Amino acid sequence: MLDRRSRLVLTAMAFAFAFLYIPIVSVIVYSFNESRLVTVWSGFSLKWWRELPQNTAMVSAALLSLKIAFVTATVAVVLGTFAGVALARYKRFRGRTLFTGLITAPLVMPEVIMGISLLLLFVMLERLTGWPERGFTTVAIAHVTFTMAYVAVIVQSRLVTFDYALEEAAQDLGARPAKVFFVITLPIIAPALVSGWLLAFTLSLDDLVIAQFVTGPADTTLPILVYSSVRRGVSPEINVLASIIVGIVTIGIIIATLLLQRRERIRRREAWTG
Amino acid sequence: MAIVDPARARRAPEPWNDPAAIPYVRIENVVKRFSDFSAVNDISLNIYRGELFALLGGSGSGKTTLLRMLAGFETPSEGRILIDGVDMAGVPPYDRPVNMMFQSYALFPHMNVEQNIAFGLKQDGLPKPQIAERVGAILDMVQMSQFAKRKPHQLSGGQRQRVALARALVKQPKLLLLDEPLAALDKKLREQTQFELMTIQEKVGITFVMVTHDQEEAMTMASRIAVMDRGEIVQVGTPNEIYEYPNSRFVADFIGSVNMYEGRLVEDESDHVVIDSPALGGTVYVDHGVSAAPGANVWLAIRPEKIKVSRTRPAGTHNITRGKVRDIGYLGDVSNYYVTLQSGETMEATLPNLVRLAEPAVLWDEEVWLSWEAENAIVLTS
Repeated sequence: MLDRRSRLVLTAMAFAFAFLYIPIVSVIVYSFNESRLVTVWSGFSLKWWRELPQNTAMVSAALLSLKIAFVTATVAVVLGTFAGVALARYKRFRGRTLFTGLITAPLVMPEVIMGISLLLLFVMLERLTGWPERGFTTVAIAHVTFTMAYVAVIVQSRLVTFDYALEEAAQDLGARPAKVFFVITLPIIAPALVSGWLLAFTLSLDDLVIAQFVTGPADTTLPILVYSSVRRGVSPEINVLASIIVGIVTIGIIIATLLLQRRERIRRREAWTG
Repeated sequence: MAIVDPARARRAPEPWNDPAAIPYVRIENVVKRFSDFSAVNDISLNIYRGELFALLGGSGSGKTTLLRMLAGFETPSEGRILIDGVDMAGVPPYDRPVNMMFQSYALFPHMNVEQNIAFGLKQDGLPKPQIAERVGAILDMVQMSQFAKRKPHQLSGGQRQRVALARALVKQPKLLLLDEPLAALDKKLREQTQFELMTIQEKVGITFVMVTHDQEEAMTMASRIAVMDRGEIVQVGTPNEIYEYPNSRFVADFIGSVNMYEGRLVEDESDHVVIDSPALGGTVYVDHGVSAAPGANVWLAIRPEKIKVSRTRPAGTHNITRGKVRDIGYLGDVSNYYVTLQSGETMEATLPNLVRLAEPAVLWDEEVWLSWEAENAIVLTS
């Protein structure tokens, strides 16, 4: 018999999951809807799945978003790793508190403010130097700015449990510090980098507000397109697209979780027997 | 003081007693200050080629800091370190002819045993066949050949220890540093591994410097021991010298167990001294001289295994006292008898249990006589 408390917990959990997943599930279900009206079920059909590839605006927006997300995640991982390593490694240096604040500020900064300040920067830069033209480049730069904060935090927290004797051992065996970083440190913290990359990718793919501010007229990302088309009346193709994205994200998260879990298991076993 | 150490007899040469011998590692007036305290305080030490030298001390004694300065992970604030005649100042860890075995072993978790061992040779840019050959040979030596393809997490503690040793030895360093090499192993395995390490050291002929807090480990393995306390070396000597001739109360107390009593020097001759010790209820006769003036306060140290326990008064006039057995600690091979003396002080005596299932030599609350030979008491002035 379950006691009262655990029944309460289970009910609360069921509600939470329902809130989270019923909308997502309904999007997927309605992507197979026959009707042109998004909210009325009129029978099963693959019509909209077939029609999506014909909607060039939507496909190119999706591709653009994926491209931006890919570039963003990659650059953010590189910069964020350096920042995270600096934060974890150097406990005391001039301006450390300021540096920490600057790195983590984007985590708490309202997106609107990020967006408008970046827009001002880009406009001014373009007027002075002719670069960057607003569009792909500016959106990617803006996304790197706020996603690298997440990567830095992930890398930093991974390094808290990193055994620095490993780096010393590598140096002791004749490897120079730069080599030690690439041959020893990086491979060991790789799972953290992968999860940082996936998080940055998802955040970039998802972002509407900042992209809205800094993009140019030619480059419409997927969230912008979806948002503006909703105002004109939702096309069922959006459901299809949403289902695809949910699928991709789910697979990504599962892979990242499995990777991290495996590493964690190994690490725990090492700590246990060692 | 020429002492013949039976345990060391097979390692005949004792370069530290030879004034012409050239030290292999020279530590000269080394000081290491961290921002608010000095971890190592003006240490000078000579280590000779082929030695298995132990730095022994508790936590905070500075032994690990000294080891890390030899490895190059810390820079001395003052003084210098020479290895084979070369000043190590400004030489980074990756350029030193020194390798270290870490306490945590620090095996690279993403590489298998073979790759771990080959890592150092790869850094030297050795050709592949040569690397394979040397890795194979060292794996043979530590008896780990059949585990070459395993990852560290698939090995037991003892196997990891061997891999760590092989990885540090394969580069044939001039000096091998061992940071608490056996601390992570359980007792049985540790005792076994002590001798294995010694055998390997004799085979490869590399000078070992080992840090340990375990006195048994240091006593068993080391050619010489430096006992450290609060950043300073208190005494350097062979295990035998350290145990039988401690130079201070700290060393006497740190190594093994000891009975220690305060006393006053009443008679000081070149071949003997007499000490008046109220704690022992009389005078004590010690058959070697000390460098202290009559009337000086000294301490008398007697090892528990050197004390005889008897029911009847032993013959002789000196070095005899009485007491009542308070506790008996049965350890199997030996028993420790804690005897309360008439002065209220406690004396510990260790007696071997030579006969199986025999009654203890003496029983609780029994009045006994305790005695020791004149040569077995140590007089300490500091």
